[in-house]
Amino acid sequence: MIAIFLLGTLLICSLLFFNKNTIVNYTLVIIYAILLWALGFYEYNHINIVEFVYFKPDAIGVLLLFALCIVSIPTLYHCYLYIATHDETPHSRGLFFASMIMLLSACSMAYLSNHIAVTWIFVELTTLSASALIYHHRNIRALEGVWKYVFICALSISFIYIGILFLSLAMKQAGIEDMSFDSIMEHYDMLNLFWLKLSFLFIFTGFTAKIGLVPMYTAGIDAKDKAPAPAGAMFSSVLMNMGFIGIYRIYGIVSHTQIQHWASVIIIISAVLSIFVATVYMTHIKNIKRMFAYSSIEHMGIVMLGLAVGGIGVYAAILHIILHTFVKPSLFFQFNQIYRVFQSKSINDVGHYFKYNKTGAIVILLGFISATAMPPSGLFISEFLVFQSLFEAHQILILILVLILLTMIIWGFGSNIFKLLFTPPLSIDESKIPRINPLDSVSQYILLALSVYLAYNPPAEFVNLIQEAVTLIQ
Amino acid sequence: MTDILLIVFAITVLFMSIANRIYTYINILIFQGFILFGVTYLSLTEINTWNLILIMLETIIFKALAVPLFIKYLIKRNKITREAEPYLPNFISLIIVTTIIIITIILSSSIEDTYLDKTYFVVALANLFTGLYLIVSRKKIIIHVIGYLIIENGVFVLALAVGNEMPMLVNLGIMLDIFASVLILGIFFNKLGDVIKDPDVNFLRKLKD
Repeated sequence: MIAIFLLGTLLICSLLFFNKNTIVNYTLVIIYAILLWALGFYEYNHINIVEFVYFKPDAIGVLLLFALCIVSIPTLYHCYLYIATHDETPHSRGLFFASMIMLLSACSMAYLSNHIAVTWIFVELTTLSASALIYHHRNIRALEGVWKYVFICALSISFIYIGILFLSLAMKQAGIEDMSFDSIMEHYDMLNLFWLKLSFLFIFTGFTAKIGLVPMYTAGIDAKDKAPAPAGAMFSSVLMNMGFIGIYRIYGIVSHTQIQHWASVIIIISAVLSIFVATVYMTHIKNIKRMFAYSSIEHMGIVMLGLAVGGIGVYAAILHIILHTFVKPSLFFQFNQIYRVFQSKSINDVGHYFKYNKTGAIVILLGFISATAMPPSGLFISEFLVFQSLFEAHQILILILVLILLTMIIWGFGSNIFKLLFTPPLSIDESKIPRINPLDSVSQYILLALSVYLAYNPPAEFVNLIQEAVTLIQ
Repeated sequence: MTDILLIVFAITVLFMSIANRIYTYINILIFQGFILFGVTYLSLTEINTWNLILIMLETIIFKALAVPLFIKYLIKRNKITREAEPYLPNFISLIIVTTIIIITIILSSSIEDTYLDKTYFVVALANLFTGLYLIVSRKKIIIHVIGYLIIENGVFVLALAVGNEMPMLVNLGIMLDIFASVLILGIFFNKLGDVIKDPDVNFLRKLKD
């Protein structure tokens, strides 16, 4: 199935690139969505069976793949809306959809890959497709965004590559030749710990560019700001998940060895610094899109805290990242409507959103409640569990620090959102405000509701998959 | 012989730290490409011939010829001035790069591992850190690209150290090389030159909070 999927993706991408007809374009996109869902179901039914030599759909991979399948449908729909409102040429439309499809495919393959080198190749591919999406508008600021993104991602993949080289040195002593995660996991007790440490350090640093943690988070912020909003939604959900799975798999190996404590300290430092950075910017920020982007940085910090502390925290981390995958895109999708109403990204130019677009304003309000993890948000459950795990691990100081920072984030986030919703705008020509179709917000409601449902009443299969995924970490 | 080549390779980064003109950087890149060609031939003795030919072709064609010449072409086309415009004086750069090399030597001598030839390790790390240093200490974007290429060369040396056992990793290194260089230079720097003449980083400082 993976071979079929890869071939199908290649074929659809090239057809999209050369095609100029609108109907053919959208037919191809629909065929792709069907193909993606077929892959999702196939892999769910063939869990833990090695496929095409380098791929193995394990529990965590399948979970993230399903999350990707679910958000891909509204994403492709919002891509269609975006293109329809922007008067694109057939060529730029084709390139946009081809890059989007390549990004989705590369992420799904990285989830399922069982070989560190194969994961790395797909990380490269995401950089390529993401840069095409960021540079969609072909202006100087988009150029700046894509330049920074490409440069930092190029550095990050070099770092991951160095990490892989060190990992191979760690394996040399043990006499392991096969670099698949399974084979490394089987021989974890024979690995050279010095090289494993260096390898973890480099691979972790490399993946921070994708997941959005300190030190390499910067490129992602500019990327989400300059890319069209549906692409920004993907960068802050499925692409971040790809960074997560890279770190998760390498940490899975490390967590069985004696350097587990050392590695978790590294992750905690990075996580707390990320939440700190997010706080600093969230309390000052005036650009709505960048505010959403920094909110993602904060959530990834929380996910990493759960992962590093262990215990119930690992379960919470996986739950959190999946719920975040549904919540953040809905905010980004909604941003397009805000932009159509006010023609500005700045918080200073917006206001009274309830008056101009009621359904959209409710999405923003619900999205805010979800993203700040206030009950009844689904993220409340997972965040609560992360805090519980911190408490159980006696990391009280970190817990207090994180809680203070989160309170400041809620304040910063809230003051901007309430300004957008309730305060009258400074100057606005009401005759120019377009009417927004309420149906455009339906997908956001569904995604937000799904995040609540999965947290409060999770289906048994969902819980089983997470529990199986947790067993990778000791 | 490999050691001599690698030491010469390490000396090139010292040269790079005091270079003023962009062309000097490019010439050093070309020189590094040729050294890598030699090192590849001498170190990868156990892998199959076709793979060896592929890797050697990559070092000579891509690292030593295509990329440096393309950068030269870009400089001419975009009329970039020849000065590298460092933020720090050359003397301090020289001291910093020397310190980097000394630290990597000390670091590698503290490792007890019979499986790794330490010369490779020292040269690779020295290149990596010098590349990073060049990126942060030079104003011109084109030098940042060159800094990145130096990092790549360093990483390639490290890949050669494990190349006999795992030739696949060297091939991956080639992929990284081609992918990143094509992405950064080919698609992109062309456009950067079109939109902004004489690119230095100050043009790219508007996206911030």
